[in-house]
Amino acid sequence: MNLTLKIWRQNGPEDRGRMVTYQVEDVSPDMSFLEMLDVLNERLTLAGEEPVAFDHDCREGICGMCGMVINGVAHGEQRATTTCQLHMRHFKDGDTVTIEPWRAAPFPVIKDLVVDRSSFDRIIQAGGFISVPTGAAPDAHSVPVPKDAADAAFDAATCIGCGACVAACPNGSASLFTAAKVTHLGLLPQGQPERASRAKAMVEQMDAEGFGGCTNTGECTAVCPKGIPLDAIARMNADYLKASK
Amino acid sequence: MAITGAVLVLFLIGHMLGNLKIFLGADAFNGYAEWLRTVGEPALPARTILTITEIVLVAAVVLHMWSAVSLARRAARARPVRYAVRRRSQANGYATHVMRYGGIVILLFVVWHLLDMTFGVVNPEGYAATPYDRMVAGFAPSRWWVTSFYVVALAMVGLHLRHGVWSAFQTLGLAGGRSYRPLRALAGVVALALVAGFLAAPLAVTIGVIK
Repeated sequence: MNLTLKIWRQNGPEDRGRMVTYQVEDVSPDMSFLEMLDVLNERLTLAGEEPVAFDHDCREGICGMCGMVINGVAHGEQRATTTCQLHMRHFKDGDTVTIEPWRAAPFPVIKDLVVDRSSFDRIIQAGGFISVPTGAAPDAHSVPVPKDAADAAFDAATCIGCGACVAACPNGSASLFTAAKVTHLGLLPQGQPERASRAKAMVEQMDAEGFGGCTNTGECTAVCPKGIPLDAIARMNADYLKASK
Repeated sequence: MAITGAVLVLFLIGHMLGNLKIFLGADAFNGYAEWLRTVGEPALPARTILTITEIVLVAAVVLHMWSAVSLARRAARARPVRYAVRRRSQANGYATHVMRYGGIVILLFVVWHLLDMTFGVVNPEGYAATPYDRMVAGFAPSRWWVTSFYVVALAMVGLHLRHGVWSAFQTLGLAGGRSYRPLRALAGVVALALVAGFLAAPLAVTIGVIK
């Protein structure tokens, strides 16, 4: 199939950037979205033009590197899917596809579709850890974990930190990301000692990075490739309020 | 947003129940209005409870608006470059996305409503008339456009509550996995009950059931 692509091109952080239109021919429906961009880039390289810069790594939906806003939806319209796992069979011949980077002040564009997500790292550094004594590995099952807590913690831990929640949020809030980290540690026994202070530190870092405030629109959950549920944010709020008392 | 919103929702429930007294006749309605001014007497001076309520409500409205404005400003700062493609809602949240515009409509409505029913400035009967007469005159069939405005404004109130009620529980950390369905249902019931309860009196006057 043949597609018209409108892609955000920006030479560097200081460049103003612009949308540029490209034609790609002979796209196979079995290609992933990133493979379709690879085809475009090969053609651009052969023509002596600058290829479109985009982030990617594992290309199997688990690393969280890839991410772009496709026709106004983070990771495209397919639910619970990263951009690399989005396949061209979901598009029709002759479609026009608009591709933009994540838009948020704490995610400055480095080049084209690549954004700097270091702000997420700093949120993790603020409290996304547990302080454990070093030494020999403890015996398995020495700390009992209720099955429900283990399952919910694992679901939250599937967050790959891609940033789609921020990109989709009308407020540019990072609440779902932060809440996923708060939840996955806060539900386990090992995470209890720092539970309240962790939520407080991470929320304060999130605000300091310039992310917006959560108004519970639910847009984040809808685009999350891992389907992190909205109740993670309620749990973060509860922990935060406890720490603020 | 959550706490001031909760104060305003509690007020709306009381206000709606009070309004329904109009169906018990002019004496019951006017008597209720009088009771609001004299409740607590003689232990408390006249209008004590009413004045305290008014102060709490004004404070709640101002803080609610302040929260909304600061959230909107933070949102604007967090996304200085907008998307070229207008984002479509992926969360089916119509009510969610009219909160800010809806809030402005509701604010304008409250201003009109106070001028109409409290101060009587835009009411044909004026300030001197009894509350019952102001109601009947304000929503008279010839003033159908006033009733229409009330219907539109109350629809916005309904949408505001549809999102606001469950959202408050979420913000305060009181929502959890299994409570979403009941909380959303509660928000829908509260929104529908309040809109229906508030619309009953004006519509009854406009169609001539109450004269």
